[in-house]
Amino acid sequence: MEQKRYERLGETVWSGRLENGLSIYVDVKPGFHKTFAFFATNYGGIDMRFCLDGQWQETPAGVAHFLEHKMFDTKDGNALQVLSANGASPNAFTSSAITGYYFESTQGFEENLRTLLSFVSVPWFTQESVDKEQGIIGQEIQMIEDDPEWRSYNELLAALYDHHPIRVSVAGSRESISHITADTLYACHKAFYDPANMVLCVAGDVDPERVAALAREILPAVGAPAIPRDYGGPEAPKAAHPIRELEMAVSTPLFQLGFKADPAPHGQEHLRQELTGDLLCEVLAGSSSPLYAKLYREGLINKDFSGGYAAYPGCAFLSFGGESRDPAAVRDAVLSEAARLAREGVDEALFLRLKKASYGAAVRGLNSFEYVCIQMAQDHFAGADHMDFPAVYESIRKEDVEDALRRWCVPERAAMAVIRPKEGV
Amino acid sequence: MAETTRISLFPGVFLTAVHTKKFRSCVLGASFLAPLDRETASLNALVPYVLRRGTADRPDMESLSAALDELYGGSIEPVVRTRGEIQCVGFLGSFLDDAYTLDGSAVLEDAAALLGELLLHPRTVSGSFDPDYTASERSNLVDRIRAQVNDKRSYALLRLKREMCAGEPFGVDRLGDEASAIAIGPAALWERYQTLLHTAPLELYYCGSADPERAADALRTALAALPVSERRDSLPRPTAQTAPDQPRLVEEAMDVGQGKLALGFRTGIDAWDPRFPALLLANAIYGGTTTSKLFLNVREKRSLCYYASSQLARYKGLMLVSSGVEFDQFQAARDEILAQLDACRAGQFDDQELEAARRSVVSSLISAADAQGRLEDFWLGQSVAGIPDGPDALAAKAEAVRRDQILEAFAALQLDTIYFLKSKEA
Repeated sequence: MEQKRYERLGETVWSGRLENGLSIYVDVKPGFHKTFAFFATNYGGIDMRFCLDGQWQETPAGVAHFLEHKMFDTKDGNALQVLSANGASPNAFTSSAITGYYFESTQGFEENLRTLLSFVSVPWFTQESVDKEQGIIGQEIQMIEDDPEWRSYNELLAALYDHHPIRVSVAGSRESISHITADTLYACHKAFYDPANMVLCVAGDVDPERVAALAREILPAVGAPAIPRDYGGPEAPKAAHPIRELEMAVSTPLFQLGFKADPAPHGQEHLRQELTGDLLCEVLAGSSSPLYAKLYREGLINKDFSGGYAAYPGCAFLSFGGESRDPAAVRDAVLSEAARLAREGVDEALFLRLKKASYGAAVRGLNSFEYVCIQMAQDHFAGADHMDFPAVYESIRKEDVEDALRRWCVPERAAMAVIRPKEGV
Repeated sequence: MAETTRISLFPGVFLTAVHTKKFRSCVLGASFLAPLDRETASLNALVPYVLRRGTADRPDMESLSAALDELYGGSIEPVVRTRGEIQCVGFLGSFLDDAYTLDGSAVLEDAAALLGELLLHPRTVSGSFDPDYTASERSNLVDRIRAQVNDKRSYALLRLKREMCAGEPFGVDRLGDEASAIAIGPAALWERYQTLLHTAPLELYYCGSADPERAADALRTALAALPVSERRDSLPRPTAQTAPDQPRLVEEAMDVGQGKLALGFRTGIDAWDPRFPALLLANAIYGGTTTSKLFLNVREKRSLCYYASSQLARYKGLMLVSSGVEFDQFQAARDEILAQLDACRAGQFDDQELEAARRSVVSSLISAADAQGRLEDFWLGQSVAGIPDGPDALAAKAEAVRRDQILEAFAALQLDTIYFLKSKEA
């Protein structure tokens, strides 16, 4: 393990790579009682088609999330219960690109870490338990389908993209998960839960060498090479559908407005594009922008309005969403502000102010162990070092943001999803 | 462990200061306290939102945002919360800690000054709030109240509380109700603001690397224009109510795909009660954790709900169970939720379950001290209630709770109301 000190942030991160290919990051946080451990695989909702042992496999939508649920089952019982009974707060999530398992605890860290590493690396499924889980996940899918914010976000992705699997819900549908069997889960585990495809991130007042020693002791000694995945080939720059609409039991229309960005390169440029994309969102319609003030004054948006940049393998986009009585008017205003900025350029003073503000917000983010570990893991998979963000901020110029704006924030790349109130609710 | 100090700044104006160097940010908060009341809830809730629109010196959102950007992207947002039957309205701010600014400049004093400016020096037109700001924020408030229906999980709990505590202050929502919000006029709002300024107790909060006295000085200076008043009396503890002989059943139909079932219990034990730590453990055993009876039996073993958990409204003495169920499983889920409570009452939880619950309660309290947001939220409740226990003191009490005390807490629970959100088609 090697130590790296980030003087301006007051952070010390130890990192290393084991013989089996597992990458480890430990952010040492003196003075804290709690420890957070995050064990993640570079495997998410979009990884449905891949080549394992020379054979291309097509798996149903929702399998990564289904696998996350079933990983907690062990031969002796359930790891969630073991961790909880030991005072840890365990949980897991599946995003489009990664699946992460974690716990927070204030005591028994080593024992909890052993449990975490062990249950995630040793699969144990029976057809009976898989059948039962279909019911539980079916309920979860039903619950999120009643969530208008989640729906609007998913509809936006389905509008922006033509075939990239980002447009498919991470949880899948009741229909798609009915095709999942114990064998599907074993195959996906073998393909993606290899130490070389995983990262372990820890934040807390712990000994980094002990973390590495435990990982070495519990995980397989040898890792496998990465396997090929298929996202259906590059997407055209333009949005696939300009608008998608739905009716639900909501009081005011909800909307998500998106712009298709260029997929992010691998390496430190990934982080640079992310920070540039976020600054672009702030300049265009962030809470300090002239457009935000205008829309707010006109009653077209409220405090829930927010935007940001997101990147996944093979795709990246900007999205702005919230509630509005007239979503189309918000979209037209954002497009016309983008055109004005493309023409006139970004105000230098506003740009410098927003850069200072974004930097401060990023430093404040380091308070959250969860945020730190997830960011380190995601940036690791993207080939970037998250803690280098102060230097990256310094290198971003006004012209970089203007270039991105001229390329991405144009009508052909825009799409919108709107959830309208259903009559008689 | 961080040092927590309570400092009286002016009569009825207190600062709770947590001194710690471990965070990258500092938190600054200010809340006026008012009795939760149907007549004033919407008015009180609207005040911070109108104040946030502009001050005398920074009359619009652009100039306020510019000031916050210069403070390294600090935030000061309106907050409206309740603690038991007290409504807490004001601002919560988060700023980069002085130790991490690029040029070593201090943020605290400027941040406190901006907070004071927002609280005390609003932009006015002819001696009252800017009428455009009032109208637009009133409309936002109405939208916010209407939007409560969008998240069905929290909506079910909100409806349960309203039905169960109809006629009690606790039944009033933190934002008030739609009809009162629509009816707010500029004169009434200005008068309510003056009432808060002159009579409401003010709770201030700081957590960061600065010495508590320095934080107190910064806030004293920032709030120098606050009217001096001897009338900022502390507010009373809610009175305990008993459950009806037969639990009330409330059903509502909506266009949803999943049903929500919520149950409200009177606990007879609130945060002031010496038996409260035992109730914390009882709640954890029953439905507060992933090792609880509700999670293991109702969700995992019988797959009756996607989620099923219990939580305490500690400053009122209630326990609320929340679950998501298939429409046709309503009876089965309700019966199982109640059967699990009966099992707890009968002492059917082993030492392993008890200790897992204890570890969860203690760990959650100890780790609250490591998260600035949770710590502020915790201290607001304790400060409002006048309870001096910090998370560590409460954790120590939870460590000492015995099985018989937990059984006593279970015995005190009384089912009051069942709320079921069902499908329109069913």
